[in-house]
Amino acid sequence: MSSDDVRSDRRYTKDHEWTKEEDGRVLVGITAYAVDQLGDITLVNLDVKVGETITAGKAFGTIESVKTLSDLFAPLSGKIVAINKDLESEPEKVNEDCYGLAWMIAVEPSDRSELNGLLDAAAYTELLKTAGH
Amino acid sequence: MDQSPAALRRTPLYDEHVALGGRLVPFAGWEMPVQYKGVTDEHRAVRTAVGIFDVCHMGELVLNGDYAADVVNYLITNDAKRLMDGQALYTVACNESGTILDDLIVYRISQTKWLIVCNASNRDKMAAHFRAAAVNHCDFDDASDRTALIALQGPKALALLAQAGGDGPALAELPSFHFRDATLANVPCTVARTGYTGEDGVEIFCPTDGAAQLWRALVKLGGPLGLEPAGLGARDTLRLEARLSLYGNEIDETTNPLEAGLSWVVKLGKGDFVGRTALERIKAAGLTRKLVGFEMTGRGIARHGYPLLDKVGIKVGVCTSGSPGPTVGKNIGLGYLPTSMAEVGTSIEVDCRGRSVSAVVAKTPFYKRS
Repeated sequence: MSSDDVRSDRRYTKDHEWTKEEDGRVLVGITAYAVDQLGDITLVNLDVKVGETITAGKAFGTIESVKTLSDLFAPLSGKIVAINKDLESEPEKVNEDCYGLAWMIAVEPSDRSELNGLLDAAAYTELLKTAGH
Repeated sequence: MDQSPAALRRTPLYDEHVALGGRLVPFAGWEMPVQYKGVTDEHRAVRTAVGIFDVCHMGELVLNGDYAADVVNYLITNDAKRLMDGQALYTVACNESGTILDDLIVYRISQTKWLIVCNASNRDKMAAHFRAAAVNHCDFDDASDRTALIALQGPKALALLAQAGGDGPALAELPSFHFRDATLANVPCTVARTGYTGEDGVEIFCPTDGAAQLWRALVKLGGPLGLEPAGLGARDTLRLEARLSLYGNEIDETTNPLEAGLSWVVKLGKGDFVGRTALERIKAAGLTRKLVGFEMTGRGIARHGYPLLDKVGIKVGVCTSGSPGPTVGKNIGLGYLPTSMAEVGTSIEVDCRGRSVSAVVAKTPFYKRS
């Protein structure tokens, strides 16, 4: 997967997370650029439970590669309705399919207007360019 | 990134890293490749085939003169007088408090000419330290800027050298921690059977202006053997599995070589040297803490600076390095623990940013080549 792979069916944060609306809920994951920066991913810790509420900008877990640890920040506020538990045993899925199988959490948004504040694919692509990428 | 790229120095191999797709990061004032293909792939290549590393950022200090041997031996804890021409040793240099200024490899070129290789992060400090001690005793030269250093590490490193022309085939006879001059890929070199990965291999000194030619030749010849260029990331996981200390992590000016498990490089009986009195006192008093290895038994990766806790949750030590060990297949770490908790099998907890994750003190090195 190329590190400049940006999908037009979702929205992005400056912290290199993606959000995708699906059946009224919003899936959250990390982008191909983030995966490329991290390298081989060895651990995904989702420090939230189904039913809990999260706040935009607050950490909901951590992701670790061989080299380093990064926080995962909630792109939007809302209630957690699902967690991708597969990533606990198979963190390498994030390297393999970060836009598909390696979604991390599903959120029922408390304020849909927050989504409009996120970057669209064009704006995120622009961000990657200015990141000296 | 705390430094702008403009302020960083580049090694003579910079263009090679760019061409090979290396990701360059600031390290000790240099712009160095942290990885090319990926840390795990590069790590495995070194364990199973051969990896090539740019270590040009290291410092090379040369002492020359009738009293050079005495100056060197006064500044290091190991005994340089045991060396023959063409032989090298690992050591630390301490301050008067017996804590560690740097770890070094000392090469005896001849009775009157000595080469000291120090860490890039300590180059200025160690150059000043050796320069000051050399005054009125011998000549001192910081040769770092005109000396390149390339490490070739892995079970196929010597087979690769044999193909590099000139003196390549004869280098397989070089014993561990010995060095000799050689010509490789038409570049005049000094080849030492040393390394920082736990594998067999060599480190090759050459003039800065020959480095790219030598690198390119070795990369090309190594291709069919499975060679990968390897960055700082793999260098770190390799040395951690082999329990080799990293200056700034396991050892620094707050740690002494006895607690760091480096008593084998401290020769208290060799005569006077900087730090001897303090080290004798530390040894007589007994160690309060020791550097140990540990394996995570819970889900987590210990990192530099994470607190180590006893089973009740009280902070008893600190993790100095930690990462997944690609060859050992476990999450491993090094850290300081009270002597009473240093025994293999002792259960501890690692405070992974507020999450307490179980670990157990383990035998080191985590990896030893067969």
